[in-house]
Amino acid sequence: MGQIATPNPTSATVSVTLRINGEERNLQLDPRTTLLDALREQLALSGSKKGCDQGQCGACTVHINGQRVLACLSLAIAHQHDEITTIEGLADGGELHPMQAAFIECDGFQCGYCTPGQIMSAVAMLEEAARQIPSHADELSLEEIRERMSGNICRCGAYPNIVEAIRHAQTIGKKGRS
Amino acid sequence: MHPFEYVEATDPAAAIHAAGEGAQSVFFAGGTTLIDLMKLDVMTPAKLVDVNHLPFSSIEEQPDGILIGANVRNSDLAHHATIREQYPVLSEALLAGASAQLRNMASTGGNLLQRTRCTYFRDINSACNKRQPGSGCDAITGVNRMHAILGTSDYCIATHPSDMCVALVALDAVIHTQMHNGTKRQIPITEFYLLPGETPERETVLNRAELITHVHLPANPMARRSHYLKVRDRASYEFALASAAVALETKGQTITRASVALGGVGTVPWRSKEAEAALTGKPAERVTFEAAADAALAPAKPQHHNAFKIELAKRTLVLALEELMARSF
Ligand SMILES: Cc1cc2nc3c(=O)[nH]c(=O)nc-3n(C[C@H](O)[C@H](O)[C@H](O)COP(=O)(O)OP(=O)(O)OC[C@H]3O[C@@H](n4cnc5c(N)ncnc54)[C@H](O)[C@@H]3O)c2cc1C
Ligand code: SF4
Ligand code: FES
Ligand code: FES
Repeated sequence: MGQIATPNPTSATVSVTLRINGEERNLQLDPRTTLLDALREQLALSGSKKGCDQGQCGACTVHINGQRVLACLSLAIAHQHDEITTIEGLADGGELHPMQAAFIECDGFQCGYCTPGQIMSAVAMLEEAARQIPSHADELSLEEIRERMSGNICRCGAYPNIVEAIRHAQTIGKKGRS
Repeated sequence: MHPFEYVEATDPAAAIHAAGEGAQSVFFAGGTTLIDLMKLDVMTPAKLVDVNHLPFSSIEEQPDGILIGANVRNSDLAHHATIREQYPVLSEALLAGASAQLRNMASTGGNLLQRTRCTYFRDINSACNKRQPGSGCDAITGVNRMHAILGTSDYCIATHPSDMCVALVALDAVIHTQMHNGTKRQIPITEFYLLPGETPERETVLNRAELITHVHLPANPMARRSHYLKVRDRASYEFALASAAVALETKGQTITRASVALGGVGTVPWRSKEAEAALTGKPAERVTFEAAADAALAPAKPQHHNAFKIELAKRTLVLALEELMARSF
């Protein structure tokens, strides 16, 4: 019989350590707390948005160990061993990530509510594309970008400019930071 | 959400032991079904046993097929080179499901056990025999456009929502499990799901605290020539209205073997032996495909809002077969 690590089940809250944007953060939280609520309500990282809270919109997209996932369907307590990146951790000091710059350049938003999720999703999407089909990484068709980004809904319908921004980011990403 | 205890299991026996304590314990993998339904109070477990750190995250190529760990993520399975090449229907089905974010989270084991999207099941104020046995079924008298037309009963007409499982049914996958006393079982997926009958709350043959460890894909040359087609209300990120998983073996123009499964229309991922019989020994052409589609949907029983699914499923199957034949091998 192996070990079971039980974080003190008798108390209402448990002590949890999360590694977010390269920093260790200690939290005292109810095991029910989603990663999204931990970020927004306890860590003042409100860039990740709550659109639906049901996995249906992508506004809460963050990276866990480099993969895009939905913070609203993740339990904070289950990600103590992981590297979490939010929109707040994307820029390199004062320098915007190429995807952020591209969204500004191409006007890839209207109200902006879905934007952090779109950007986090798009950054991971280009990395996925580069891993999965290396020879085509530079030339994702519009159709392919739309399909790969379908997990991010934009209520304002800013899709044409979002897709444009992603195509633009591919180019400036190549020239800028690697 | 109801309060629960969270435990992280470090080995399979410990996980099974922890899940066996108390009737309200469940395994927790990607959480994309579980957390969603817990927020709605549809599932109210008292304990979550996190199985994500168990050693079931590899895809192993073996002489008799491929062994997929229960923790393998849907995205990793879909993009695996051998799966894409030798079992394209599985890769296509996975990529047709949910969104990239969800596929990065969803596990093979969890996908097998995802719950129906029936809106009455998801609403605790509705009558639902699956959620609360004996309470009735609001879907039968309510809005049932998305519901099943195959395998239904007077107790439940909920559609099995998975895309992956439709492909796995067509591929004769085998589900490997482990139980309390270390006993292991291998369950063919075609015997894994239970029709709703009078007990829609029982969805599979799994016992309580029975852990899915792997899914085995038997070696199958026909699977190289396979395809998944999904029809839905949106272009992407939507559950199927109808889908078809097909694999064919031909000699000249004659079909010598066929495998057909349907999604979006059945209470379980639906294998159609009738369609397979109608295809085998016949020329690979449209009239044959139409006859197979008629055979597959012959047992269909429509509800008030979903009669359209009969014709839709037929056309989906015919088109899937035509698209498959149009590919070069
Ligand atoms: C918005 C949205 C859209 C979606 N669209 C689609 C779609 O188009 N097509 C599609 O097919 N699916 C779709 N899904 C469903 C998704 O594929 C499933 O939620 C997912 O596959 C479940 O896997 P999981 O690892 O997250 O499971 P979990 O939520 O962790 O678990 C699900 C169930 O399986 C049990 N379980 C988990 N692992 C094991 C194990 N190893 N042994 C025994 N029991 C286990 C759990 O106890 C639980 O009851 C969608 C989901 C959402 C939220
Ligand atoms: S169809 Fe099944 S899941 Fe839906 S309300 Fe009826 S019993 Fe419940
Ligand atoms: S808030 Fe997470 S997907 Fe909508
Ligand atoms: S910019 Fe408003 S929701 Fe996308």
